[in-house]
Amino acid sequence: MIEIALQKELTAADGIMKLDVDLRIQQGHLVTLFGDSGAGKTSILRMIAGLMIPDDGQINVNGSNWMDVKKGISLKPQQRRVGFLFQNYALFPNMTVQENLTYALEKGQDKKIVDELIETIELGDLQNRKPGTLSGGQNQRVALARALVRKPEILMLDEPLSALDTKMRMKLQDFILTVHKRYNLTTILVSHDANEVIKMSDEVFFLEGGKIIKHGKPVDVFASKRVSGKFQLFGEIINIEKQDIIYVVTVLIGANIVKVIADESEADSMSIGDKVIVASKAFNPLIRKIEE
Amino acid sequence: MDWQPLILTFKLALTATILLLVVSVPLAYWLAYTKVKLKPVVETLVSMPLVLPPTVLGFYLLVALSPSNIFGHWLDHYFGLRLIFSFQGLVFASIIYSLPFMVHPIQAGFSNLDTTLVEASYVLGKSKIKTLFKVLLPNIRPSLLTGIVLAFAHTIGEFGVVLMIGGNIPGKTKVASIAIYDEVEALNYHTANSYSLILFAISFSILLTVFLINGGYIKRFWR
Repeated sequence: MIEIALQKELTAADGIMKLDVDLRIQQGHLVTLFGDSGAGKTSILRMIAGLMIPDDGQINVNGSNWMDVKKGISLKPQQRRVGFLFQNYALFPNMTVQENLTYALEKGQDKKIVDELIETIELGDLQNRKPGTLSGGQNQRVALARALVRKPEILMLDEPLSALDTKMRMKLQDFILTVHKRYNLTTILVSHDANEVIKMSDEVFFLEGGKIIKHGKPVDVFASKRVSGKFQLFGEIINIEKQDIIYVVTVLIGANIVKVIADESEADSMSIGDKVIVASKAFNPLIRKIEE
Repeated sequence: MDWQPLILTFKLALTATILLLVVSVPLAYWLAYTKVKLKPVVETLVSMPLVLPPTVLGFYLLVALSPSNIFGHWLDHYFGLRLIFSFQGLVFASIIYSLPFMVHPIQAGFSNLDTTLVEASYVLGKSKIKTLFKVLLPNIRPSLLTGIVLAFAHTIGEFGVVLMIGGNIPGKTKVASIAIYDEVEALNYHTANSYSLILFAISFSILLTVFLINGGYIKRFWR
């Protein structure tokens, strides 16, 4: 069990924001910190890694005390066993893919893990290339592999997928899930994509203005009123248009655009940018294989 | 033509540059990452040789290092070092005189480097020293090269400081720039021209090499 309590005053774009969170994460779970930018998600990761010092709080990881402000304990980043995947990859440009990974090895650690990771993450052909010559998705995989070399107790991923296109995203989501299971990791993912959260995580913490306003299983958190639908899709409204007496709401679900009809009272309560659930129970959706 | 002043010049520039590198890397590292309030003061002191007339610097060094004064006496008493009118004195003065030319590029190199590289290295369990040598320095190679070359070239070109603190002792402190001045005084324009032409050619080729390397021309040529 990982118990985290953090308080810190952060200077945000619109004045000072007080971050005050309490997280309990079960060993082996993949949890998500979800919320708009500026909600304090990245700061939480940085404080867990020891890259930022909170004003008050404590971090207890599987019985060992990493940080306790009141007792004056704070392990250095070097002493905390975490893997951190930075938004901008933070790969060392002077080293090849393989060197980036071997750099992460601890004194006396078996080099086997590097080869194993290179294989898992399908980087064999690229291992002698430098990061500057790789694509964003490839760099992200290298960074993920590098974060795992030390066998971290907590793997933290700071919006790892936001800069990638949909196809690459899906592939990396699968990679993350694979390594999460294979190495029995406890993983904290930062994301502001509801679909990603639902696909990936066991539990989600919904952050707003530095506070956790909801937490639980993703489906429960996102569906405030339970809909007993046959299928449910999560998306974002990108357009609302009046046509005669009905309204056509355009929703972006993943990479797909869906049009849904709504009546006036429903349309009034919605605005562009809202996160919505599109659910259906009254008919059977047709399913067909796509010819490629 | 006497080659001694030229040889002395390069010996001085080489010694000063090597010592400067040893001093400047930690200093630039500290300046780039410190949050101490004193930082602007230290930065100003490091930059002073850029604006101060070399004679002013030379004058104060002469006063400070003279064995009849406290600092000079202390050096003489404990280390047996007499820094005025000696080669060691020239090295010391050159280090101070060329300090900004070495520190500034290296400091800029550190500052422009993405801070997440450092953080990534720390999170991977690596110490500050290991991070400095394996991650930071290899990634600011162009800045290091610029600093080394500028400091070297600037030391070759110094005149005022050397004249004040070193005097004009052949084989000991008479460097090329002073030899040129001497020859002109003695109306030996031909010898003065030889010295000058050599210094000009060398300075030009050194700077050209830097721009070629940092501009990536050499790499492109080899590909």
